[in-house]
Amino acid sequence: MASRPLTLYEKIWADHVVERRDDGTCLIYIDRHLVHEVTSPQAFAGLKAAGRRVRRPDLTLAVPDHNLPTSPRVDAAGRASPIADPESAKQLAALRQNVADFGVPYIDALAAEQGIVHVVGPEQGFTLPGTTLVCGDSHTSAHGALGALAFGIGTSEVEHVLATQTLLLKQSKTMEIRVDGSLGFGVSPKDVVLAIIGRIGAAGGTGYVVEYTGEVIRAMSVEGRLTVSNMSIEGGARAGLVAPDETTFAYLKGRPMAPDGDSWGKAVAYWRTLPSDPAAAYDAVVKLDATDIAPSLTWGTSPEDVVPITGSVPDPDSFADPSKRVAARKSLDYMGLEPGTRMQDVAVQNVFIGSCTNSRIEDLRAAAAVASGRHVADGVRALVVPGSGLVKRQAEREGLDRVFTEAGFEWREPGCSMCLAMNPDKVPPGERCASTSNRNFVGRQGPGARTHLLSPAMAAAAAVTGRLADVRDLMGRDLVGASDG
Amino acid sequence: MADPITQVSGRAYPWGAKNIDTDIIIPAHWLKTTTRDGLGKGAFETVRAVEGNVFDDPRYAGGPVLIAGDNFGCGSSREHAAWALADLGIRAVIAPSFSDIFSGNAFKNGIVPVVLSQAAVDRLVEAAQDGEVTVDLETMTVTTSYQDRFDFALDPFRRDCLMQGLDEIGLTLAQDTAISKFESADAEHRPWISGRARHEGVAV
Ligand code: SF4
Repeated sequence: MASRPLTLYEKIWADHVVERRDDGTCLIYIDRHLVHEVTSPQAFAGLKAAGRRVRRPDLTLAVPDHNLPTSPRVDAAGRASPIADPESAKQLAALRQNVADFGVPYIDALAAEQGIVHVVGPEQGFTLPGTTLVCGDSHTSAHGALGALAFGIGTSEVEHVLATQTLLLKQSKTMEIRVDGSLGFGVSPKDVVLAIIGRIGAAGGTGYVVEYTGEVIRAMSVEGRLTVSNMSIEGGARAGLVAPDETTFAYLKGRPMAPDGDSWGKAVAYWRTLPSDPAAAYDAVVKLDATDIAPSLTWGTSPEDVVPITGSVPDPDSFADPSKRVAARKSLDYMGLEPGTRMQDVAVQNVFIGSCTNSRIEDLRAAAAVASGRHVADGVRALVVPGSGLVKRQAEREGLDRVFTEAGFEWREPGCSMCLAMNPDKVPPGERCASTSNRNFVGRQGPGARTHLLSPAMAAAAAVTGRLADVRDLMGRDLVGASDG
Repeated sequence: MADPITQVSGRAYPWGAKNIDTDIIIPAHWLKTTTRDGLGKGAFETVRAVEGNVFDDPRYAGGPVLIAGDNFGCGSSREHAAWALADLGIRAVIAPSFSDIFSGNAFKNGIVPVVLSQAAVDRLVEAAQDGEVTVDLETMTVTTSYQDRFDFALDPFRRDCLMQGLDEIGLTLAQDTAISKFESADAEHRPWISGRARHEGVAV
């Protein structure tokens, strides 16, 4: 039977419909569910209150990340360090109790595999192409990098998935974001996604599931794709997918939770059927040319406030949209910036290299390449927080920890850390932070904190110069490609 | 599950601010709770720190309606945002657009996310200064003390759930046979989904 050409998203959707209602709402099967301590306690409490069980513990994986301090987890005698904040301790204890009560697989805070949910999922091979994957966290969009339909959900939905392994959903519209050409010197996947959000706006993808296509995306490593998909939600799209290809398969092979033996061959054969059919149509198409993308960063308090590092703080009056003018004025007031100031003249007091956007091994390598042989500028506090214990170990094997510590960076334990300031890592009020995370909202990194989003290499450049700096000025030409994996 | 709702009526916060993200609705340090209650105290904390803010204006205090700008509830998926609004007594939010995740969370907590045009929202911000606003799920209209009347649309299933106070999980559990059928067919089609291998050693 000849069927209509389908997009990757439509194929995954079609393979997960349990039931379709007359109004188009579908009961969708969920293959993978990641759970962390912040958005799950009320869901488990709901199950307990109603006497319900977790339907598929085997498709669920829990790991603490948001609250965990990034100070050493064990003392010299090997005893677990107590969590000082009583509320954090309570939330972490609740997760431990809940996974025990409901038989959910759990990676403990002290395990080598512990890390940020969105780093752990791909790293363990829990995230697979063609799966539906959810987590009570909006940056679940990251897993779309492996060709999974992955999106964040609220706590009621967490409870719904725990109890039924399904969600009630309506099909989204589709948007293709195509990036062709090749990336210039010093331009990283973070710059690509910042350029995309700068183009479509913070609400540009609302109601859509995005698929990233084009030469630049194809040439990226899975780690680079994770950075791009991670920030889909900052452009309003709940999910952002990349079609699985040989790069994806090579990344997954041998991961602890990935299929092996006979299953591997069957899985790969299925995954090869997933990419969008050549004639498939999207509801919207956005095209970017990679040669237009420079190392970039944000100037305001919305991720859409993007400017190349060679640019200046914009004049609010230069925006055509009156509401954008008002928003820009408020942003600049909060950020303590004057219109017309060159971005490279802005001093920073904090640097954060970490978060589920940019805390994988390639990110740390890119930052270390810039930090190597240099020193963090006076008056700057610079943190490096690996995305998982395995990333941390790998970096230590490569000697990156020494590069960072010798340069005056702090080398911390894995977790969300200064990305959202739920643990003790906070940017002091009124101070400025060059951050590799994904949100520059008011107060995100601590009350009054001023955030500039940028790539790991750019963050390292800011650390060693004490200001927002063009990483290209610090990179030997022999480093071409080091950060564009 | 929340109580059934057919109508939300009373004073409305005439705010109109755009791109209100969930970090503004409830800052991260409030997320360390393990219950759904009591978050009203932290709602709009940074906004309320400013003198003369709309939430502490006695004219609107305790009103069940919030009027906001485009892209309300963007950012983090935290359902705490909906719990905080509910704890504050808000039962309907009117805005030109909502983030997808927030809108789902609102429904599940008995808060009606009403989408109206920017022009209608501008008019409501004006009318709410000294009048009342009514959101009616029976007639699917927003009306004011000044004879304004705006129609809005809601997903029919979600409207039913709100009006009957239905427990979505209970409804889905009633589909257990269909879910089990899907699982056994899928075990043939994609056997690697549940047969998750676990072995030692992984390279990063
Ligand atoms: S690192 Fe930041 S964005 Fe990622 S899961 Fe943690 S808090 Fe969320």
